[in-house]
Amino acid sequence: MQAGRWVQPSVLPGFGLTLGFSGAFLAAIVLIPLAALVLKGASLPPSEFWRIATEPRALASYRLTFGASLLAASLNAVFGFVIAWSLVRYSFPGRRVVDAIIDLPFALPTAVSGIALATVFAPQGWIGRWLAPLGIQVAYTWVGIVIALTLIGLPFVVRSVQPALAEVEKSLEDAAESLGAGRWMIFRRVILPTVAPALATGFALALARAIGEYGSVIFIAGNLPMRTEITPLLIVIKLEQFDYLGAAALGLVMLIVSFVMLLTINALQGWRARRTTGRHR
Amino acid sequence: MTVRYVAEPFGGTRPVGSALRFSLIGVSLLFLTLILIVPVASVIGYAFSEGFAFYLDALRAPDTVTAIKLTLLTAAIVVPINTVFGVAAAWAIAKFDFRGKHVLNTLIDLPFSVSPVIAGLVFVLLFGAQGWLGPWLQRHDVSIVFAFPGIVLATLLVTFPYVARELIPVMQLQGREAEEAAVGLGAGGWMTFVRVTLPSIRWALLYGIILCNARAMGEFGAVAVVSGHIRGSTTTMPLQVEILYNEYDLTGAFAVASLLMLLALLTMIARTLIELFGARRRRAPALPLADDVGAASL
Repeated sequence: MQAGRWVQPSVLPGFGLTLGFSGAFLAAIVLIPLAALVLKGASLPPSEFWRIATEPRALASYRLTFGASLLAASLNAVFGFVIAWSLVRYSFPGRRVVDAIIDLPFALPTAVSGIALATVFAPQGWIGRWLAPLGIQVAYTWVGIVIALTLIGLPFVVRSVQPALAEVEKSLEDAAESLGAGRWMIFRRVILPTVAPALATGFALALARAIGEYGSVIFIAGNLPMRTEITPLLIVIKLEQFDYLGAAALGLVMLIVSFVMLLTINALQGWRARRTTGRHR
Repeated sequence: MTVRYVAEPFGGTRPVGSALRFSLIGVSLLFLTLILIVPVASVIGYAFSEGFAFYLDALRAPDTVTAIKLTLLTAAIVVPINTVFGVAAAWAIAKFDFRGKHVLNTLIDLPFSVSPVIAGLVFVLLFGAQGWLGPWLQRHDVSIVFAFPGIVLATLLVTFPYVARELIPVMQLQGREAEEAAVGLGAGGWMTFVRVTLPSIRWALLYGIILCNARAMGEFGAVAVVSGHIRGSTTTMPLQVEILYNEYDLTGAFAVASLLMLLALLTMIARTLIELFGARRRRAPALPLADDVGAASL
């Protein structure tokens, strides 16, 4: 790019129009509204902000939201990897159908998965009735929250890992094997390094989604303050009590977490891109 | 135990691997059945649990009909607007080099990582009674929050990136030579877009529109915060599901939910068809999955 020029000359028309429109629309719909939240949160004196953001009920909701999200993203990392592996490496009857339904949680409205999970895992529900005699209660406990968050995060890990697994070069595995490496060694030294950035990206995407999730959780959660109340729900409750400042303070905490997650995911995707280009080009 | 089994790289090629292969496929299928297939099937099961006639009656309830209309109207407004934005943003980002391009590209993804509740909250803080513009709006008797405009704004925010995210990687892959040639031959900007660019991006565009529509019709959290839950007036279909569920009208809730699930299934069928047709006609490599994953993070 030439010095002093912020746009490279091009014969194509429409730059000013398209950039102007998309920039203005971005500002109107996304940036200004988010700035309103930041300003509202920042309008509180720091001590007051700190008091609201760290009151016991808020702290309990962070613990639950982040704990359940981490657990769900970890479950997704393990099972998502196994599913991606099965889809890439094996052929079995119904493989294409399984491949297609992985994306269902992306397309399914959260209210639908919410009431479906709450009903299925209720003590009388299709799955809950088998768990109840074993003394396992899922609905209205933190276990139910983890299950809901696992469902909505499922596609992220599978869809991240699938292309990376397909990319692992068979010749490298064969070479490793001919050099006497065992299966575990090949997995750890050849496959895992190739797939690690994709797995980490999928984990981070699932985690980011889980932290902000609302619709699929609130039906199964039970929503008891201090016990099964996630942070997004606490924000909604504060809004319903017209405690706008309280809602803005907690909203600002969540927005900061979102930014950190967004930057992390960008960095991970950069890592993955470097891995890929380094290997092939 | 799982870890040791995952470690198997040659599953299916040897007798030892065969047991492993069955275990891994079994674990995958069991996991998907418990967490995805049974809940999805239960929606149909519960919706029809009191018979088909009851199901139809539940869908014909006046509040439900109003909710369906409101959802369709919201999508009819939001999807075209975000489509125009997505095309404009993709044109600027894919066809030109300018400072701040990377920042713009990242900011477009911002709504993906923001909680739906935050997406609703920001509009309450802007336009609500105690919001920045609340007093002014009240003086002029305009209601945005707890009314239809709020629902549209919140839906615009959560569905903001979908079309752009599908188009940008495809248009970047296509390069600029074809458009530059068309302009060199005297074609105008609009003509160049319609005749040169559009044919090569139409599948990605269609897919982006379908995803945007699915999210617009199914959004719950953001709309729940701004709607005020005024029954028969500001309830969309997902909110109607919540209202009926909380009133212990399970059949009614699942009947409305079954419509939303049908929408999700149609979206996925459309996606599969687009991949089949698109892949056959596109000379460029298939949509990069990395961006696909990002785009769907709704």
